Amino acid sequence: MSDTSTMSGTSLRAWLLSDTPASRRQAGWGRLYRLWRDLRANPLAMAGLVTIILLILAALAAPLLAPYSPDAQHLSNHLAPPSAAHWLGTDELGRDILSRLLWGGRITLGMVVSVVVLVAPVGLIVGCAAGYIGGLADRVLMRVTDVFLAFPRLILALAFVAAITPGITSAIIAIALTAWPPYARIARAETLAIRNSDFIAATRLAGASRTRIILVHIMPLSLGSLIVRVSLDMSSIILTAAALGFLGMGAQPPSPEWGAMVASARRFIVNAWWVPMMPAMAIFVASLAFNLLGDGLRDVLDPKQRS
Amino acid sequence: MSGRLRTLAATTASVLITLFGLTVVTFFIGRVMPIDPIVAILGDHAPPDVVARVRIELGLNRPLWYQFWIFFRNLIHLDLGRSVMTTHPVLHDIGRYFPATFELATAAMIVATLIGVPLGVLAAVRQGTRTDHIVRVFSLAGSSIPVFMLAMLSLVVFYAALGWLPGTGQVSVVYDGIAPRITGMLVIDAAITGHWNTFYNALLHLIQPALVLAYFSMAYITRMTRGFMLDALRGEYITTARAKGLSAARIVWRHAFGNIWVQLITVLALTYAGLLEGAVVTETVFSWPGLGQYLTNSLLNADMNAVLGSTLVIGVIYVFLNLLADVLYRLMDPRVR
Amino acid sequence: MLTRRSVLAASAASPMLASLGAEDALAATPKNIAVMGKAIDDIIAFDPAQSYEFTDNEVDGNCYNKLVTPDLTTGTTVVGDAAESWTVSPDGLTITFKMRPGVKFASGNELTAHDAAFSLHRVVKLNLTPGFIVTQFGYTKDNIEKLITAPDAQTLKMVLPKQVATSFVLFCLSANVGCIVDRATVMSHEKNGDLGNDWLKTHTAGSGPYQLISWVASDHVILEANPHSAVKVGVPRIVIQHIPEPASQLLQLEKGSIDIARDLLSDNIKQISGKPGFTVLTSGQATSLYIGMNMGKPHLDKTEVHQAIKWAIDYEGIAKNILPGTYEIAQNFLPAGLPGALTDRPFKRDVAKAKALLAQAGYPKGFSVTMDHFAAAPFSDVAQAVQANLKDIGIEVKLLPAQQKQVFTKMRARQHELIMLQWGSDYFDPNSNAQAYCADPDDSNNSKLKILAWRCHFFNPALTKMVEDAVKELDGAKRIAMYQDMQRQFRQIAPFAMMMQQNAVAVLGKGVSGLKVGPMPDYTKYADIRKA
Repeated sequence: MSDTSTMSGTSLRAWLLSDTPASRRQAGWGRLYRLWRDLRANPLAMAGLVTIILLILAALAAPLLAPYSPDAQHLSNHLAPPSAAHWLGTDELGRDILSRLLWGGRITLGMVVSVVVLVAPVGLIVGCAAGYIGGLADRVLMRVTDVFLAFPRLILALAFVAAITPGITSAIIAIALTAWPPYARIARAETLAIRNSDFIAATRLAGASRTRIILVHIMPLSLGSLIVRVSLDMSSIILTAAALGFLGMGAQPPSPEWGAMVASARRFIVNAWWVPMMPAMAIFVASLAFNLLGDGLRDVLDPKQRS
Repeated sequence: MSGRLRTLAATTASVLITLFGLTVVTFFIGRVMPIDPIVAILGDHAPPDVVARVRIELGLNRPLWYQFWIFFRNLIHLDLGRSVMTTHPVLHDIGRYFPATFELATAAMIVATLIGVPLGVLAAVRQGTRTDHIVRVFSLAGSSIPVFMLAMLSLVVFYAALGWLPGTGQVSVVYDGIAPRITGMLVIDAAITGHWNTFYNALLHLIQPALVLAYFSMAYITRMTRGFMLDALRGEYITTARAKGLSAARIVWRHAFGNIWVQLITVLALTYAGLLEGAVVTETVFSWPGLGQYLTNSLLNADMNAVLGSTLVIGVIYVFLNLLADVLYRLMDPRVR
Repeated sequence: MLTRRSVLAASAASPMLASLGAEDALAATPKNIAVMGKAIDDIIAFDPAQSYEFTDNEVDGNCYNKLVTPDLTTGTTVVGDAAESWTVSPDGLTITFKMRPGVKFASGNELTAHDAAFSLHRVVKLNLTPGFIVTQFGYTKDNIEKLITAPDAQTLKMVLPKQVATSFVLFCLSANVGCIVDRATVMSHEKNGDLGNDWLKTHTAGSGPYQLISWVASDHVILEANPHSAVKVGVPRIVIQHIPEPASQLLQLEKGSIDIARDLLSDNIKQISGKPGFTVLTSGQATSLYIGMNMGKPHLDKTEVHQAIKWAIDYEGIAKNILPGTYEIAQNFLPAGLPGALTDRPFKRDVAKAKALLAQAGYPKGFSVTMDHFAAAPFSDVAQAVQANLKDIGIEVKLLPAQQKQVFTKMRARQHELIMLQWGSDYFDPNSNAQAYCADPDDSNNSKLKILAWRCHFFNPALTKMVEDAVKELDGAKRIAMYQDMQRQFRQIAPFAMMMQQNAVAVLGKGVSGLKVGPMPDYTKYADIRKA
């Protein structure tokens, strides 16, 4: 649609909201636009979205915003309460908590993104393939997801991290390992619902290969429910990472990952509450923002989803 | 009838396969851990000759597949081996620690349901209003705080600062070991045997971890209740009921809620399974002598029999609850039937 | 219809319920019970022939008597415990103990020389982790019954298969492995020739002031007074509660839910020591914090590199800011308090000198290296401080924190580069640490001795020889001088940066007194604990 850019605002909206879209692309954009309109009407979801954008910007701008280096130790000034020099105080090694939070945002949010990037495609492919191909492949794949689902998520991640070596990469892989089965389940359910629809049958008759049908026709249609799941999962990913850190198996010091910061500072909760509380607040804010956004998206995308 | 039997057989088979897979995965994760089980058993100062002897005694010098075969063979005879940490058979340990977790999770479940469901109904009835928003933020907040932070904050506030609730552990030392062990759930044991002081003390100890765990899992219950209620309230029969001039409370509770409770039960069953997971961290902070703590400790000490045993138990419970949710749904929902 | 008010009322119900009974739940612990908060998940077994961790040894120390026990006021000799006196033959090969009469086990049985002989036989026959403390004199399961005998109920005769310093033997007998068990009780619980090991793992059968009545792993240990002991204890029941979080221990101590907190960290201690009514007890431990450097790895085989690292560490800053109260600077392999320990501090932070040494070693630009350490506090803090220190001289350290047992596993397989760890003496004699840090008679994988020197490929025949000679020296003063000489050589050439000595800290709550914290776990005594 090369002429899109030249259209005025009104005609663009008309194009997007058209009841008789001329092309599949127009229909797709139209759906997205309606979604956005519905989402904008939900103040909580918007609050979540804005918070997330702010957090991401703050993390990206960490080198500009952070008043100190996140690793600079100042042993004689450890556990200093919030002051003009250190807005959020200093930690057990005299490092500036604000600077660590800003830099740590990159790691924590980066971990979340990495997990999603790993998990969503895998879950999508496995689920769609299982659902479309069916038969033995379906049964085997679903049993595998059963096994992973039957594991308590934290325990599996814990065992896995322990089996390799604690650190950010292991934590990402471990969380990904525990997070993919629900995605596969959702994608499979969606696939089953559309597998026998007329347009898939038509494409098949037109001679499209199985791979092509799965990749081009089925997967995009399963994306919607997957996005909801992802946005709801973000907060649980952050929390799992933090719990791993709490049990000594997540990101490791001196990394300013938020969960690791809380974990290593939790012993100060009585005498220097700000050291564990500041990163905990950061986790809370990010996690709540993702939850609010996810909740809003779920309402908009499909209000009846069960799991 | 034969169709039902076939379904039953298929379900059983799939459950067994799942559990077998669970065993295999746990076993191999355990064996590739970079912790030498010998170090866990003998400590760091053990001399080489003792290490070599014990390695042979425990069969750890055998190939992995052989070790797994031995484990599996014993498992079929319900012998999960001995835990290194506690020196007791794993089955005995599970019998000892599981009831405490069960007690905690059940208490949490009751609280989460009693608060979460009404909140969800309230949010649905007031959809789009400020009440709806407050309920949503309140319930989502619970599942946005790291559980250990919530637990520690709760200790600092309710125990240390306000002094309303006792600290960690299942019961005060004074009452420890007074009520005879029947179910293993202290609150219940004390109540059955009429040890009311112990009962009261144990109940107070239970409140804090249960509330923490409940708050953590409430969001899901509230959200699902709200969703179901919104659907139900849109139903034709509600319009009919309204037209009949029935009271608002009657419409909400009798007609709308009466239609969603089947769906709700499946949600609750799934939440219950998830609670076992939250319990791992909660138990650590509150020194709660449950399976979660047992499992984490075993894992960190490479106490593989204990890890395998408790993972299997949790797996079985999870599978069972899922199955239960499924069956309930099929049995009770008129649309599915 | 559900109203906002009814929702609030429902959620407020539980705290109200609690406040009604708050007094009952939060009442201080009763006078006849002392409650101690401690991390007790290290316990493996209470059998003295097997016990080797901190908490199980400590419990044994309160439930058993040994033949002899170190004189903790001087730290250089032993005094009689279950043995009243002893004589040594002129060649040093025979030690004859005369037992103290009237010592009784918790069962009411009298403690005799037969029990003492049986206990040592068990240790050698079972040969579990601490068995080497006795077998190192040359005892085997074939000769032990002939060499350690009880001619009568009052006399225990110990013939040594080879010449060893008498003080060494006596200090070894004062270790936890020397606890005397009640033969009749233990043998009544024997299964399949295990000499009662399985039963003793979870029970005690000793003559100490207390006996174990309950242990639930990672939950609690309960001790009760031994009714037959000559020692009249101050508190008849001791409960050790598993409270892994130091912050939680602190909270509960302040609230009076526990009487004694055992695992507080520096900052917790600083906070509580300012408050009235609390008593902080410290005792230097025979436990050292050190950095080991694996000479089998690149860059770490050069003495100049070892010395550069020793000169780069900010001992003062770490001790003062991260570890105050819980550790002291200690730069020799013998911790202060042990016979022969040097207490001078040859090293301090000197970046220029460290850089020069590094240049001399051929690495003027430094290098990269990994360091394994325990993930728990305060080790993670110290490791990060060391990382910053070494960065100043050009060494980039990648930290590899892990669970305790994982770190041990790695070091035992000699796979580490740098490693920061603690080492506790096995018994109260300088040989324990001298052997650990200096002796590596065979650097191959088939070595019979695989302690710290072997684990770091510190293969030094001269030092090894000195260790072997010192242990045979019968002249006490000369023997001490040999250990001091070893320590002076060690700090110049060894791939170990000795950093700190641990202080055990116990904080007693209001009205509590009398806990004795010893330099090793089995010398920490509960008998005099009093509650006002």
